[in-house]
Amino acid sequence: MPHAPENPAICLISPGRFCFFMHEWALAEAVIKTATEIAEKECLKQVTEVTIKLGELQQIERPIFRFALAQIKPDNFKDTKFRISTAKTTLKCRVCTTNWTYDKKKVDKATAEAIHFIPEVAHTYIKCPKCGSPDFEITQGRGVWLESIKGAR
Amino acid sequence: MKVTDPRTSVIAQRLKRIRRIIAVSSGKGGVGKSLIATTLALSLARGGCKVGLLDLDFTSPSTHLILGAKDAQPTEDKGLIPPKVEGLEYMSLIYYSGDEAAPLRGADTSNALIELLAVTLWGDLDFLIIDSPPGIGDAMLDLVRLVPRIEFLIVTTPSQLAFETVKKQIRLLQELKIPIVGIVENMKMTKGKMVQEQTQSLGVKFLTEIPYDSAVEAAIGSPDKLLATEIAKKVQILAKRV
Repeated sequence: MPHAPENPAICLISPGRFCFFMHEWALAEAVIKTATEIAEKECLKQVTEVTIKLGELQQIERPIFRFALAQIKPDNFKDTKFRISTAKTTLKCRVCTTNWTYDKKKVDKATAEAIHFIPEVAHTYIKCPKCGSPDFEITQGRGVWLESIKGAR
Repeated sequence: MKVTDPRTSVIAQRLKRIRRIIAVSSGKGGVGKSLIATTLALSLARGGCKVGLLDLDFTSPSTHLILGAKDAQPTEDKGLIPPKVEGLEYMSLIYYSGDEAAPLRGADTSNALIELLAVTLWGDLDFLIIDSPPGIGDAMLDLVRLVPRIEFLIVTTPSQLAFETVKKQIRLLQELKIPIVGIVENMKMTKGKMVQEQTQSLGVKFLTEIPYDSAVEAAIGSPDKLLATEIAKKVQILAKRV
């Protein structure tokens, strides 16, 4: 699916992946834009720390995501530390109330890739391990969340 | 600070190169929204406009069937770039759910819609036509909330059952001060003027009526055949009025 990269050096971030082109970039843009809006609202001249949580379900490539953040960030994010953590994905069946944890090893590559782009298609491919229902709630660990930002006024 | 979903902040930016964004919508299902949305998009494109088609009817997508979109896939370049299908920039959840059911509840529908709007990189377009799911639920409310400059083109049938729901939708959109391009009366089989008269009394433009055309079924999957149907001839007139 991906194009050939224009700048092969960039592929060193995540060997074997055409990382410059990944859609992680679009999500990193969203984080920077939101953080910028919050910084403006809070009158922060410099942003020193941004805490981001990545849901395991979407399988964001962290090195690519971090690279995109570094490329996109504006001047007032010059010394920003991006603290990125991953949240385990927990699912709860609405039919039989079973709770379980998403295990990416149990899905094939094509399915994992579909979920990577639009996590909600998990409802197409994943079923409750107890009753087989696709009617479950993603209680934790879906996508990208901005948890906090710190800075100097 | 409150934990924030960052995706909504980039949606306006993703859509800023699009001149007009029209959601083809109806309070009621089964009125022919997908067919009209697809035919309208094709008609505008064949008329020389740059057009995108976005299928947001996640649980029962059908624009890909109408277009006969087969091998096309989005590509990645700092987001998802819709493939060209029949001259349209075309995006659908079908690329990720395949031929399987996507049983989504309201919150999931919202999340998938936000994700698609946040990561899809549309080109410079004259029109983005959105095939909306039926009803006045999550998808319509999300479009109103998240898509700047959204306009609604509302489809009904001559049935009172469809039009009563459509009237509620119109009143809601009017209260929210959302532009309504007008009403299309689809699957017309009699000469009754009920929809046309009541539409005008609601202060909404009656765009056209489209006769029921049994030949359209044979044109599914073949845009050239589709554009030769009586329905398409009416939609081509509609394309000049939007």
